[in-house]
Amino acid sequence: MTLHTPPGHASAPLAEADRLMTVCNSCRYCEGLCAVFPAMEMRRSFADGDLNYLANLCHACGACYVDCQFAPPHAFQVNVPQTLAAVRADSYRRYAWPAALAPIFDRNGLWIALIAALAVAAFIAGFVAWNDAAVLFGTHTGPGAFYRLMPHDAMVAVFGAAFLYAILALAMGLRAFWRDIGEPAATLAEPASLWQAVKDAATLRNLDGGGVGCYGADERPTDNRRLYHHFTFYGFLLCFAATSVATLHHYGLGRIAPYPWWDLPVVLGTVGGIGLLIGPAGLLAAKWTRDPALRDDARFGMDAAFLAMLFLTSLTGLLLLMLRATPAMGMLLALHLGVVFAFFLTMPYGRFVHGLYRFAALVRYAKERRQMAEAPAGSA
Amino acid sequence: MPARPRLDAANPPDISALGRRGAWPDGNSWGSMTDLSRRYDVLVVGGGNAALCAAIAARRAGASVLVLEAAPKFYRGGNTRHTRNMRCAHDSATETLSGPYTEEEFFDDLLRVTGGRTDEDLARLMIAESKEVLDWIQAQGVRFQPSLGGTLSLGRTNSFFLGGGRAMLNALYLTAERLGVAVRYEAEVVGLDIADGMFLAATVRTEGREHRVEADMLITACGGFEANIEWLKQGWGEAAENFLIRGTPYNRGTVLRMLLDAGVQPIGDPTQCHAVAIDARAPKFDGGIITRLDCVVFGIVVNRDGQRFYDEGEDIWPKRYAIWGRLVAQQPGQIAYIVFDAPALTQFMPSLYPPITADSIRALAEKLDLDPRALEATVARFNAAVRPGTFDHTILDDCRTEGLDPPKTHWARRIETPPFHAYPVRPGITFTYLGVRVDREARMVMADGTRAANMFAAGEIMAGNVLGQGYAAGIGMTIGSVFGRIAGRAAAAELHRRRNARRDAA
Repeated sequence: MTLHTPPGHASAPLAEADRLMTVCNSCRYCEGLCAVFPAMEMRRSFADGDLNYLANLCHACGACYVDCQFAPPHAFQVNVPQTLAAVRADSYRRYAWPAALAPIFDRNGLWIALIAALAVAAFIAGFVAWNDAAVLFGTHTGPGAFYRLMPHDAMVAVFGAAFLYAILALAMGLRAFWRDIGEPAATLAEPASLWQAVKDAATLRNLDGGGVGCYGADERPTDNRRLYHHFTFYGFLLCFAATSVATLHHYGLGRIAPYPWWDLPVVLGTVGGIGLLIGPAGLLAAKWTRDPALRDDARFGMDAAFLAMLFLTSLTGLLLLMLRATPAMGMLLALHLGVVFAFFLTMPYGRFVHGLYRFAALVRYAKERRQMAEAPAGSA
Repeated sequence: MPARPRLDAANPPDISALGRRGAWPDGNSWGSMTDLSRRYDVLVVGGGNAALCAAIAARRAGASVLVLEAAPKFYRGGNTRHTRNMRCAHDSATETLSGPYTEEEFFDDLLRVTGGRTDEDLARLMIAESKEVLDWIQAQGVRFQPSLGGTLSLGRTNSFFLGGGRAMLNALYLTAERLGVAVRYEAEVVGLDIADGMFLAATVRTEGREHRVEADMLITACGGFEANIEWLKQGWGEAAENFLIRGTPYNRGTVLRMLLDAGVQPIGDPTQCHAVAIDARAPKFDGGIITRLDCVVFGIVVNRDGQRFYDEGEDIWPKRYAIWGRLVAQQPGQIAYIVFDAPALTQFMPSLYPPITADSIRALAEKLDLDPRALEATVARFNAAVRPGTFDHTILDDCRTEGLDPPKTHWARRIETPPFHAYPVRPGITFTYLGVRVDREARMVMADGTRAANMFAAGEIMAGNVLGQGYAAGIGMTIGSVFGRIAGRAAAAELHRRRNARRDAA
């Protein structure tokens, strides 16, 4: 069979994605399922940048695989979700900043486990070095209890630096993605496109298989990944909100942590934390039971590491909350801070970046769709 | 053997169990291996749209149902796999349909495409039922979307399956499974025991063994014989060797042959098939939609000798789409080449294979293995005959040739801007027209005009009743869903009648 031979691409998955998009573009049966196929139809040829855009637009619901008459074992071997998953994961590596750290993506699970372990060890060692055993294993309550173990300013300095570094690296990655797909910077400032992307991301509109739900173990659309992702995402947002409110408490109202259980930062953090336990656990379980044809097994480590970090951040935080009035608080605080620190540092070098690139892809898609709708009929 | 449920239209099975795990009171469970040794009320042969609609309708009417699909699970559903829409009458616009499509307009369209070769009674019945089927099929889990990109002309008349034909099939199978319909894949019916129009049993070959499967009712919904090259040769001779089959290799017409041999009345032209021109590089079977080419209007079509043979500008899509398969089939070697120049390349839907490209007509001919001088002469003659006009491929425009035989009566533009492109095309066979005659109950009619006792048919195997020739987009699925549902209901009703008659006699 002399199928369409893709021109030069940077990698085998990109070449395969080009072949598939050519197949799909001459079929188009899947165009109602998600954003990927309408975006594909706006193009006739697929350079690497186009494919990286489409790959990051894909939410991996699996519907197009289950619905495809040309999926394996058919000779055309069309498996869009798996191929785009590989392209997507490669794109994370490609956009990593600084480029010297890109190899972290190669053995991501190992790297993240190492960094997390080192960070936890460093915080424990620091706590031990700077504090008397009596303080470290003492019982502290009331405002400023945490800061008796690590001064507030030191905490702000360490975490502020890690957070700012993560933001910088993520922004540089986004810049690389935006340049690669060839979209002008101005698109990211269009209110209409941004708002549409916010709605699409907030509802995971593209993870519902076109309405029935996404696919897991077989052709039954029973997968609950959208629900678990909501738990994870909104749990994360609530935890972020908890930290933000606490910062306002501290600097704005002069109220010093720890706060009572009914106070806003604790309520937000607890509810969010529970979401961050249920969500990642559910997503990981779904990943395990998913049809191997839909999985990108080579990147299992990356996905598992990110989910594990979210889970551990929440678990250590909730344990700290529960046991903060006991002698275990010192060690739990070191543990929690170590995990959070590692989480910040590894944000730009792990699965976290999917949210950024996918959101950016949705912004571009919103713009493209609007332009298509405004274009006179037949001019496509 | 478990007790049979009382079969009565007034006493259907408890459909509220939909979606719950468990077993039906009549012993049908799902997820377990289908038992071929037990006796079913209704045997459905085939696994596409018509078969599943029949199975679901019969099951919902209280019958126990076994579906036998010859293909493996992935290839289940025959041509339904490759479909994308169905044509149903409707009185007003819907979320996915841009306007009303009345029964009368549907009937007019059918008359036009068939040239009047339709059973008016059955055609009107089908069209009337299609209205209800539009809702019914959605109640079976099938989802629709607005018309697909590149097919906007069908947005008012045709309902497009979200995700295409395989998605539609998946939905029907899930519903059938939840209702307790037993399904067996890779189970080919190789023999039918029929006595005087009465079905007794089928011989089923599966996993290397043959089983005798008895049932009270038979519904055949297993397609035509388009994948049976030997049979196609009866109408087309050796040329059929060069045909490509657009669907799976499983539509071999085995059951159709057995029914006709058992005395069922045939209908439809036994030699005819629906043939379109598809990319000659497509695989022998199952290339589906993505190997079709709709660029004839943008250039000229030459045969193996580099000669034109038909007016490329005769008619607009979809009519021209359906004539070129036949035209190419009549050319030497059953191959032809669509030749066009650079400006046309992006004016039609992309297809799977890239065009063959060269900087001159001569070089293109060499790549195509054609006589360069012959092709150059053909293009030169064509170019010289092109008259000025305003090109518009969406209407029958005024761009035409003069003094050329055959002429190109519309969309004629000089082929002069390199690079030049060509697509090799061969006949791609979609379906065949020969089938079994049925009545308003989808019950088979025997050669002597009597009704079969317990045999029904739906889908392509009886499409010839309403579609004597030609095609209208989406009508195959209408025939399948409507007559499938009718057959399922009728088979269950016949079952009720017999059981009740027996009970009354006892």
